[in-house]
Amino acid sequence: MSRPGLFDYLLALGDDALVTAQRLGEWYASSPAMEEDIALANIALDQLGAARLLLSYAAEVPDTALPARTGGPLPVAARPLDEDALAYRRDDRQFRNALLTELPHGDFAHVVTRLLLLAAYQVPLYDRLAAADDPRLAAIAAKTRKEVAYHLDHAATWVRRLGDGTAESHGRAQAAVDALWPYTHELFAPLAGGPIDPATLRADWERTVTAVLAEATLARPADGWAPGGGRDGLHTEHLSYLLAEMQSLHRAHPGARW
Amino acid sequence: MTAATAAATQRAWAAAGAVADPELRVVTIADLGILRHVAVDADGVTVTITPTYTGCPAMDAIRADIRRALAAAGYPRARVETVLDPAWSTDDMTAAARDKLAAAGVAPPAARGAGPVPLTLAARCPRCGSPDTEVLSRFGSTACKALHRCRACAEPFDHFKPL
Repeated sequence: MSRPGLFDYLLALGDDALVTAQRLGEWYASSPAMEEDIALANIALDQLGAARLLLSYAAEVPDTALPARTGGPLPVAARPLDEDALAYRRDDRQFRNALLTELPHGDFAHVVTRLLLLAAYQVPLYDRLAAADDPRLAAIAAKTRKEVAYHLDHAATWVRRLGDGTAESHGRAQAAVDALWPYTHELFAPLAGGPIDPATLRADWERTVTAVLAEATLARPADGWAPGGGRDGLHTEHLSYLLAEMQSLHRAHPGARW
Repeated sequence: MTAATAAATQRAWAAAGAVADPELRVVTIADLGILRHVAVDADGVTVTITPTYTGCPAMDAIRADIRRALAAAGYPRARVETVLDPAWSTDDMTAAARDKLAAAGVAPPAARGAGPVPLTLAARCPRCGSPDTEVLSRFGSTACKALHRCRACAEPFDHFKPL
């Protein structure tokens, strides 16, 4: 498989998972309960597992199929490509994750609301990709879709509990929904190189999210401002700090292994 | 396949399949259904396994344990390959695996069949057998387990999640 744009498409999906894993990892030992620390760490691990499979696939896309990227070519030193080179040797402009995944965490309501908005997109995404005409991508998706179903369930449980909880938790959950909502539009923007059009995932996502918000007594924000750019490598400054932390060891000690 | 190759393959399969899961020591990788294929040829042994969860951190330990077990069984040249397709399911576990898990205090997963992952919460207490249990956390001590508590005997226990 080497459709034009396949490399960028795999980076987009892989980077969503990788950046999500890194952000969730930041919450380890900061959750309201130890069980929740373990849950978020497990979800981070699943996302990291998906990222490794997707980036490993991207690393094997033939060079001839690598398109000119907004962020410029990968450093020569990063060749030959593998999952580590892609995770640790790319600069911020070469990442393709959606902005939603890189925003810094606020409070716990922000953590679980973001997970809800992302997992509600990843569930239909991987469901559709599992039937795609790309055996390797289909195998990855068939594996990961079972895991993200648990992420969605977990996040939805928390959003219901916070939204339909105390005045304080309701207010925080609504603030998180309002703050994150504009960033969800980018998930459904056109993405070249993939077997499906992200716009076709929107109805599923909308149905899942609005049902949870209704049960949580939270208001669905109006659609308006729709920031984007992540898929083209144009990120918020927050990604640069995240990468600085995530990549520092590998850059200081290239090839370091446990 | 010659009779000698068939016998060698059977021995290699037995050695690899007896490797214990590093996080659930009571079950082997054959019990769990993550051992997919064993092939013996002139170059040595090729073992194919599949992960339970994509991010399962036990995979590296399992690969090393397989190579060690095969070396001890007389196969110093062993390669371990990983496949994803078809995706592993808790339905791939053997009946023996379910019994061993229950005996070790881990509620085994319910059969899930085809289709989407059923998110049923009911798990029978592996200690007292009561069905009156509650979920404490959907994500337990490892990615594959959830943490439950029995309302009858008050003991917390792990539940291997259907996947």
